[in-house]
Amino acid sequence: MSATSNILVVGIGGQGVMTATEILAEAAIALGHDAKKTEVAGMAQRGGVVSSHLRFGPRVLSPQIAPGEADVLLAFEAAEGLRWRHMLRPGKIALVNDSRFVPPVVELGLFDYPDDPVGQMKAGGTHVVAFDATTIALDLGDIRLGNTVMLGAIADHLPFPADSLLACVLKRFEKKGARMVELNQKAFAAGRAAVGG
Amino acid sequence: MAAVMPAPAASRHLMSGNEAVARAVWEAGVKVAAAYPGTPSTEMLEVISTYPDVYAEWSVNEKVSLEVAIGAAYAGSRAFCCMKHVGMNVASDALMTLTLTGVVGGLVIAIADDVGLSSSQNEQDSRYWGRFAHVPVFEPADSQEAYEMTLAAFELSEQFQVPVILRMTTRINHVKSLVTVGERLVRVGPGFKKDPARYVMVPGNAGKRIPLMFKRDGELRAVAEQSPLNVIESGSDRRIGFIASGPAYMHVKEAFPNAPVLKLGFSWPVPFEKCRELAALVDQVVVVEEVEPLVETELKAQGMTVLGKDILPLQGELAPAVIKPIIARLLGENVPDSASTAVAAQIFPRPPTMCVACPHLGVYYTLSQVRNLNISGDIGCYTLGAGHPWQAMDTCVSMGASMGIALGMDKGRGEADKDKRIVAVIGDSTFLHMGMQGLLDMVYNKANVTVLLLDNRAVGMTGGQDNPGNGRDIYGEEAPRIDFVKLVEALGVKKERVHKVNPYELPVLFKTIRDEVKVPDVSVIITDQPCVLIKDYHKLKPYEVLDDKCTGCGNCLDVGCPAIHVTRRGKAVKASGREVDLAFVRIESSVCTGCGLCVQPCAPDAIQHYVPVSPIKLVKSGEVVA
Repeated sequence: MSATSNILVVGIGGQGVMTATEILAEAAIALGHDAKKTEVAGMAQRGGVVSSHLRFGPRVLSPQIAPGEADVLLAFEAAEGLRWRHMLRPGKIALVNDSRFVPPVVELGLFDYPDDPVGQMKAGGTHVVAFDATTIALDLGDIRLGNTVMLGAIADHLPFPADSLLACVLKRFEKKGARMVELNQKAFAAGRAAVGG
Repeated sequence: MAAVMPAPAASRHLMSGNEAVARAVWEAGVKVAAAYPGTPSTEMLEVISTYPDVYAEWSVNEKVSLEVAIGAAYAGSRAFCCMKHVGMNVASDALMTLTLTGVVGGLVIAIADDVGLSSSQNEQDSRYWGRFAHVPVFEPADSQEAYEMTLAAFELSEQFQVPVILRMTTRINHVKSLVTVGERLVRVGPGFKKDPARYVMVPGNAGKRIPLMFKRDGELRAVAEQSPLNVIESGSDRRIGFIASGPAYMHVKEAFPNAPVLKLGFSWPVPFEKCRELAALVDQVVVVEEVEPLVETELKAQGMTVLGKDILPLQGELAPAVIKPIIARLLGENVPDSASTAVAAQIFPRPPTMCVACPHLGVYYTLSQVRNLNISGDIGCYTLGAGHPWQAMDTCVSMGASMGIALGMDKGRGEADKDKRIVAVIGDSTFLHMGMQGLLDMVYNKANVTVLLLDNRAVGMTGGQDNPGNGRDIYGEEAPRIDFVKLVEALGVKKERVHKVNPYELPVLFKTIRDEVKVPDVSVIITDQPCVLIKDYHKLKPYEVLDDKCTGCGNCLDVGCPAIHVTRRGKAVKASGREVDLAFVRIESSVCTGCGLCVQPCAPDAIQHYVPVSPIKLVKSGEVVA
């Protein structure tokens, strides 16, 4: 890994991609790194594509990750994983939430949603670990835990300990009470387990 | 937004460029800050409104926001205003004379250029306002610089009594990086001192101020030459030296760590001597700037030999991956391979959509059902009405343009359009921003246009900011609320031509539009339901599709609600022998908020209120049985 680590988090507007990346940035900063976080998020609130770039290291210059230079790809949606696979450094891992958000342009019959986005990624040579963060979150009782499940999934694929990330996640929920902290702890652990961490 | 306790001095925070500027505005002791929302500038004012001891306001448009800031600066207080790039076009009338009067209290104008058009109708390079208006321009390259340059801009503004432009781009406004913050300055302004020769810009007075402006240009250039914001970083590889500003500097440093670079932070007036100093160090100079070749053109006019847009793209964002191969070719080197071995997958696009239950869905569904319309559109969420499935907006140019363009379409109609009905669609905030004058012009000039004024009580596209139409100020506190019916009547629209309609009641909306387009006069149809993302919106019981009743007609899909999904497709042969496509649907009941729009075009009554699969029954107090 080069001096600068590149984490690419992708999904669609409203899924919490930007918040997840911000928590990753906070964890990197807490460990003394310089960090820059940037989005390509046309009109993120409106169900558009969101790709959030996090770069951290001793000193970060350009905020954008170049194609082929992401060290990890964390995809909140299956087809979005496929859309951004070329950003990944060859041989590096893509962690993909295998749930589908089908946009109106597909429902109107103007475009097709790929039959098997994860399979297509694998066939293209990408190292993919797919899991169903949405179902994991629902099983824990709240779909909103999906974001923490996703962060759990990436926790063992970072150049710093998973617990550092967990601490930053839980800090966000401290004010919401012990139960929220406990639920997020569980969601984080479930995310780690889901990708075999 | 409610005021919060500002972070202590000397602490370090992950901040966007917008947050960093807001902090600096507060620290600089600014008394008045004004803006109209616009991506990517919006968060500056939003964050300023959370700081204590500074007056913040949403102005009705950018010109007014600059005028408010000018007034405060004349009164001796520090003032700030910000806008997206196109906002400066609106505000420029004030700027071009402000440069003659100058300011007393420091005045900084932050302009956010949406390089790459993430949410804009064009791409512009706001540094030209510096040249055009003879005012200095600062260009930060990250959040820390945005913070520091804002503070420096206030100092320079007061030193030379000149407004200063802080030119930002999306990659500064919205990128988060670390910022170390400082203390707030307590500043007491001198108050307004009458000086008509300076502040009353009639020809006799203004003519005398012009030479002062040119003199100031020279003085500012001398400051730029010595400014710590303009530094040469020498490098070991002297084949090419770069002159770069803003995000382009970061890209150059990333791509060519060993090349000499002149980093321009104070980029207008261009420090020519500094540029020559760099040129003397290197074989060739390449100017790397987003968007236009401003510095490059100036240097060429000085007789310098530099490259720039001759080889670099004129449009869109630069990045190391963009610059590297171009420079390699210039040096006659092999173009480095992209690190990526996989090709980008060609899959469906995911254009922005209207929200589930958005009141605009009813408007565009209806417009798509009315034949023979030419629809002049405007800027806001409702611009999405140009897209699928409605395709019910034919033009989009600038804020408020739907009015004048509709009038021009009416007056300029050719033989082919003689039976077309002209409709204009505009949102509440856009109407208050720049649409009112256009409506007045239509009334005055006896147009035959039907205006749809979509009042959703918010500046929706930028995140639901408050405006004079919703009765709340930037702090969320009660403010006078404009009455749109009275307003359009006051602009001369006849009482009987003004209708207020609930956009969720499709038959009423349809009939009102169909009736009004037939009347050869100016009509205004106001829809009155709130944006689903603001607190005025109240969710209703969700719906679901009864699978056994759905006939696959697909009528509900024409509403365009993103909660409706196709479960399976089929074909059927009609009695006429014509084959039709079928699309059987389901409603994602977890996101449906029960607006009922899709229920209305559903022929077989297949859409009913959602009943949970395992209804929870209360057996007796405290005991729940699934």
